[in-house]
Amino acid sequence: MTEQDDIDKLIRQMADELRARLEAARIGDALMVGIHTGGLWVARRLHRLLGLEQPLGELDISFYRDDFSRIGINPQVRPSRLPVSVDDRHILLVDDILHTGRTIRAAMNELFDYGRPASITLAVLGERSGRELPIQADVVGRHFDLGEHEHVKLSGPEPLRLSIVEAP
Amino acid sequence: MRRHSLQHDAEGRLRHLLTIEGLKRAQIVDILDTAESFISVSDQQVRKVPLLRGKTVVNLFFEASTRTLTTFELAAKRLSADVLKININTSATVKGESLLDMLHNLEAMQCDMFVVRHADSGAAHLIARHVAPHVSVINAGDGSHAHPTQALLDMFTIRRRKGEFAPLTVAIVGDIKHSRVARSQIHALTTLGVSELRVVAPKTLLPADVETLGVHVTHDLDEGLRDADVVIMLRLQKERMQGAMLPSEGEYFRTYGLTEERLARAKADAIVMHPGPINRGVEIASSVADGPQSVILEQVSNGIAVRMAVMSMVLGRAPREEGA
Amino acid sequence: MNISIQHGRLIDPANGIDTHADLHIAEGRVAGLGEPPEGFVADSHINAEGRIVCPGLIDLRARLREPGGESRATIASETAAAASAGITTLVCPPDPSQPIDTPALVDLIRHRARSAGHCRVLPVGALTQGLEGQQLAEMETLRQAGCIGVGNGLQAVENTQVMRRAMEYAASQGLTVFLHAEDPWLAAGGCAHEGAVSVRLGLTGIPEAAETIAVARELQLIEQTGVRAHFHHLSTARAVRLIARARYEGLPVSADVAAHQLYLTDMDIGYFDSLCHVRPPLRGQRDREGLREGLRQGGIDAICSDHQPLGADAKLAPFPASEPGISGLETLLPLTLRLADEGLLSLPEAIACVTARPAEILGLLADGQGGSLAAGARADVCIFDPEPYWELRAEELQSAGHNSPFLGWELKGRVECTLLAGELVFHRC
Repeated sequence: MTEQDDIDKLIRQMADELRARLEAARIGDALMVGIHTGGLWVARRLHRLLGLEQPLGELDISFYRDDFSRIGINPQVRPSRLPVSVDDRHILLVDDILHTGRTIRAAMNELFDYGRPASITLAVLGERSGRELPIQADVVGRHFDLGEHEHVKLSGPEPLRLSIVEAP
Repeated sequence: MRRHSLQHDAEGRLRHLLTIEGLKRAQIVDILDTAESFISVSDQQVRKVPLLRGKTVVNLFFEASTRTLTTFELAAKRLSADVLKININTSATVKGESLLDMLHNLEAMQCDMFVVRHADSGAAHLIARHVAPHVSVINAGDGSHAHPTQALLDMFTIRRRKGEFAPLTVAIVGDIKHSRVARSQIHALTTLGVSELRVVAPKTLLPADVETLGVHVTHDLDEGLRDADVVIMLRLQKERMQGAMLPSEGEYFRTYGLTEERLARAKADAIVMHPGPINRGVEIASSVADGPQSVILEQVSNGIAVRMAVMSMVLGRAPREEGA
Repeated sequence: MNISIQHGRLIDPANGIDTHADLHIAEGRVAGLGEPPEGFVADSHINAEGRIVCPGLIDLRARLREPGGESRATIASETAAAASAGITTLVCPPDPSQPIDTPALVDLIRHRARSAGHCRVLPVGALTQGLEGQQLAEMETLRQAGCIGVGNGLQAVENTQVMRRAMEYAASQGLTVFLHAEDPWLAAGGCAHEGAVSVRLGLTGIPEAAETIAVARELQLIEQTGVRAHFHHLSTARAVRLIARARYEGLPVSADVAAHQLYLTDMDIGYFDSLCHVRPPLRGQRDREGLREGLRQGGIDAICSDHQPLGADAKLAPFPASEPGISGLETLLPLTLRLADEGLLSLPEAIACVTARPAEILGLLADGQGGSLAAGARADVCIFDPEPYWELRAEELQSAGHNSPFLGWELKGRVECTLLAGELVFHRC
């Protein structure tokens, strides 16, 4: 269990790290994009902490999932919203948990359907083992060591809470 | 020996969409909700999603149609499917043989979905019975039987405008007898539970025993329109003037044509729908078709999202059985 | 060859017989019941213990598709199927591909049936030339060539004056007219009963009135002309009542019903099951009950198969484009027996519907030419086991047509032996 206080701390650390990376790379007007739903909760806080100029973007990757034909379609897909053009822009992509890497692949595919970003930086609140694609995060809040049947889950939006659950 | 389950798989999910009849209320609502999320796809700058990438959709049209064919094609393309169009000369398929040959050819083709339009009632069911187990069939209109995607886009349009179905009074006006659209609308509206569903037409344009579908019948347009929330006008085929169905277009328009004056009997915020193409001055006056209460163009644009929803739900149902 | 059928239960409705007794056959005719007649020596015996022995079945309406439709079925294939189903006489109506309007056509059909040797085939000659409803056919010539009566098949005689004259002429020659009652205008383009099912499925309906108007017209003309007439395959309760009333008033009319009409309704079409596409169409529940009632109370005399063998492609089309018809020979007896099981008729009454009654309609009974086991009668005999249940399977059908909506049904009662004029033409191994 990771409680609210710890999560606030984690997110502050992530914000600091991101700020440092942006400064080092001299990036002025990065576009932050949160992935529905948990990633967006984390992104909202990071966006506030970093005081970014561009409004926050939202990405729903349901239409881009590669397991669509297995799990079917979720009728409650929310529209993706990118407030500005992604062409030649530096993107800060935010998700809650990095596991297989498939969600990030889908998100990057969707971003590339909107245009050609200058760079994409990936920030995740948590990461765990089990990658199925060569995808790594640039900024990680916390690393989880999990058993084979364990999963880590973020609930929210208020308060944010990370919990480890047994997979059924 | 009833074959109610043809369009559902063993788990009760939609495998084909052949008719609205037999769909559960929740299933229809699911389709409408999914269509709602696809509306955002057509609104934003990226108009295409990769949901059906690698799938092949074959539009199999045994009967001429521009609009329906185009919207199905657009819907499939926006889902990144490969789309193939086969227009079959209807005169060549009058005899059973060529349809049979066609079926065998289609079985040999590696495709995932057939969108079928045919002049005979039951054609989509027939094809659905003969396709390989992984192939889905969507009925894009068969004879006078069904046109489920049209009815769904109409329901979608009504829901966007009116919200709930339960309080609504709906009037369907015109050639019910020959209309597959009307049959599918009636099934959809009764399943969604509108408060009152009326059909308005002279007896020559009403099938015998139409009340068994759960509608109120009236032959008087003014009575049918009274306090209606939704008015659906049906297209009157010119050939109905032959064969003693109707005396003349003029008399039809005077008796059953929708004019501004007659529309005033419906509720002030009533919407006017028409599956198109419109015969102006035959079933509907231009001033109504282009007027503030008309949602006819909205129906057309909603058609794409609804068809995207149906296609993705039917194909996104289950893994292929073969090759684990 | 002399044959004794021993230990069976003899049911001969024409003579009011239902008893356990032996049946003796000599020279193609019934020699006697019970004890063998003086000097009778059987060359062979058939043990019919536990079996029912009845007259060979007479099917008042079966299409054989030859000449003209040999690609689907032949007289040989269909008469063999008939024999396997206990049927010893088939009445074959004319249709446009074999209008039976010349003696040559009659000869051809009779010759092919005789050389196949499975079953007697009695053709119905054309009422009008080419069944076109305009010019009278050569009815007397056709009668002499061997036609059992005249009719116009499924083709309507639209012109009432022509119908009246055809009936007058047939009456003059003592011919029975076989009628398919269907108003061509009301039935045009239709493929299903006009009612709740056709509304739902968007199928063009054939209203009840298509049959009742035609029956009413023909009854008026029958009364005027005094012709002896028989109505084929009635489908509506109202038509049955019209005919029952006419008979009550003394009109020389009779009627049959197709076996499938006694069991199926338009609901069985389900979602476009083309095997249920028949003409006249399957009607509603009330009509089915009316037909059954007609069978019980009079109004309907006989049950026919309305056999129409079709190739698979004929049914592999959207419902309205599929060809109407059921391959019915092999379900005629079990479906008839089922009426007794369901208590609608007694077993002898049910058997009478496919033996004595059709024989009477065809004028065969009085001459001992069919439908009876009286001494001296033609020895057409059906021996069946009334007990076994069996499933109707396409691959086991003898008919070239596998188009039956009863496939997969469990049927009761199975034919073991069929004798045609004293010859064993079918024996189940």
